[in-house]
Parts: sequence; C-alpha cells; structure tokens
Amino acid sequence: MTPLRVSIVAAVAALLLLFVIFELIRSRRLQERYAMLWLLTGIVILILGLWRGLLSTIADAAGIAYPPSALFVLAAFFILLLLLHYSTVISTLADQNRILAQRLALLESRLGETQGNGESR
Amino acid sequence: MPALNEERSIGAVIAEIRAADPEFDVIVIDDGSTDRTGAVAAENGAQVITLPFNVGIGGAVQTGYLYARDHDFDVAVQVDGDAQHDPAEIPKILAPIIQGDADLVVGSRFLGEGEYEPPVTRLLGIRLLARVVSVLVRQRVTDTTSGFRASNRRAISLFASDYPHDYPEVEAMVLVFRHRLKLVEVPVHMRLRGAGESSITFWRSAYYMLKVLLALFVGLFRRYPTPQEDHQ
Repeated sequence: MTPLRVSIVAAVAALLLLFVIFELIRSRRLQERYAMLWLLTGIVILILGLWRGLLSTIADAAGIAYPPSALFVLAAFFILLLLLHYSTVISTLADQNRILAQRLALLESRLGETQGNGESR
Repeated sequence: MPALNEERSIGAVIAEIRAADPEFDVIVIDDGSTDRTGAVAAENGAQVITLPFNVGIGGAVQTGYLYARDHDFDVAVQVDGDAQHDPAEIPKILAPIIQGDADLVVGSRFLGEGEYEPPVTRLLGIRLLARVVSVLVRQRVTDTTSGFRASNRRAISLFASDYPHDYPEVEAMVLVFRHRLKLVEVPVHMRLRGAGESSITFWRSAYYMLKVLLALFVGLFRRYPTPQEDHQ
C-alpha cells in the first residue's frame, strides 16, 4: 500500500496538473482536442494517489514484484503513446504546411502573370 | 454552406436555394473535398471557396463568416450541403432577424415540426446537450447541433473573430449568449439524409459529448467583452 504522505503528495501534484491544464484551455493556449489526453493523465495520477491499494493490485496482476516499477512502466508506456501521438500531429502539420506553401507559390505566380499581362497591354 | 464530399447533393441544394430566392449570394466552402463537390457547386452557379486541406467543420463555417464580414453582408444563412435542410424554410429562419428580434436564429428539428426521430442513444445526447445549454444561456433551447442558422451583422462579426473548433454549433450558441446577443429558435423540418448514413458512431459521440461538455465548462470561466453598442 502507498504510504499516506506519498499519497497526499501525488494527489496534490495531480490537482495542480489538472488546474494548469484547465488554465491553459481557458486562456486558449491549449485546444480541447489535445487537452483530453492530459486530463486523462491527471485523473489517472489522482486515482493512483488516492486509491492507495490500486498500484499494488496492478503490479500483482502484471507479475511485477516491486509496485513502484509498475508505476514507471505505466508512465513510460503512456509517455511513449503521447510522443507517438505528437509524431502523427507533426506529420499532419508538415503536410498542411507544404500544401499551403505550394498554394501560395502558385497564387503568386498567377498574380505575377495577370499583372504582367496588364502592363503589356 | 460548408461542404465536404457532397457532390451528389450539393447541386440540388444550390438549385433549391436559388428557387427560394434568386437574390441570395450562394457561397460554398469546400473543406478539402476529394470528390467533385467544388466543381459541381461552381457549375450550379455558387461562389466556391476551396480550402487547401480539410480544416474541420468549425474552420470551414468560420471561413464563410469571414467572407460575409469582408463583403459586408447584412445577414448570413448557414445551410448544410447534404440536403437535410429545406432551403424553402430560409425565410422562416430569417424572419426574426429581419424583425430585429434576434442576432442568431437556429432552426430546430425538435420544436414540433417535422418527424425527425433519431436513434435512442443520439436522442439522449441531444437531450442532455439541450438541457445543459438551456441552463447556460438561461432560455429554453431544443436543438444545439443544428447547422441551419441565420446571423445578422453582430453575430457575423462575432463568429468571424471567434468561432469554436471541433463541433462548433453547441459552443457557438453559448458564445452568442455570453456576448449578450439574442438567440431565437424556430421550428424547421429535417429531411432524411439522401446519400449514406451519418458517420457518427457511438464511441465517437461519447468522446464528442465529453469534449463539448469540457469546452462548455471551461468557457464559463472565460471573460467576454461586451459588444460596444451596450456601452452607448
């Protein structure tokens, strides 16, 4: 079972994280789309902090002898997922950026053509 | 009119709008369609604005309001490109704005007219959202996700500068209230989708509900400027 003090510290940290996420959404620096993952993270930490037997139960079920390792495994896996998610987001952004650049270049060239035509007449 | 891959229905919708009133400027926002939506719309005489890639319904609709603001429109009507709305009802949606009773008019499928009966899970979601939004805007609303709406200048300029992202219809109603604009619902008919089923699945709706409720909740804590007319 998680020691009481650790449990309190974890819960406070989770609440702090949740508040920061809330504030970021409110001030429009974070879109709801991306906030959902972070809210989930905060809530999971909060649950693990308050439900003191849960971590040991998970560790037992997964056959991990030392419960804190289970925490690290969970955290590492989640961070991996988050990074993967960002890679896909960056790929999309890169694609859109390329399309924008191409459209702009074509537009400029067409603008140049029409202006050139106008002057020659 | 926001449109994404609606080549089969968009021509008919444009024709119906023309039939309702030939004076309307019909603007189609093609949100990165991969079919001939844009071409079909242009063939039918609409002004087509083609987004370079899919920006999502919120961004597409806002593009329309930006166009309306830049071209100094007095009113803008938003209609879905999939023919579920009947353009013959546009005058009904415009009436409260012309009479000066509203800044935003929303065509509701649940105010008695029409016989639209959605699946039970979706109906529950629709009811819940209607209940939540009714509390937030302090008036009874029945259809928060309707994409059949009319806006006057004030609403156009508000939406041009601030329009929600992902599933914007719900939030836009609250936004209008928070900016102290007047919101009115009028009954409209809902026509069944001509081509294909709606793409909304159960899990996606659940995720959607969560996200919308989160957005509405956070929105409560934002401070909004009051429109200038109120200070006079």
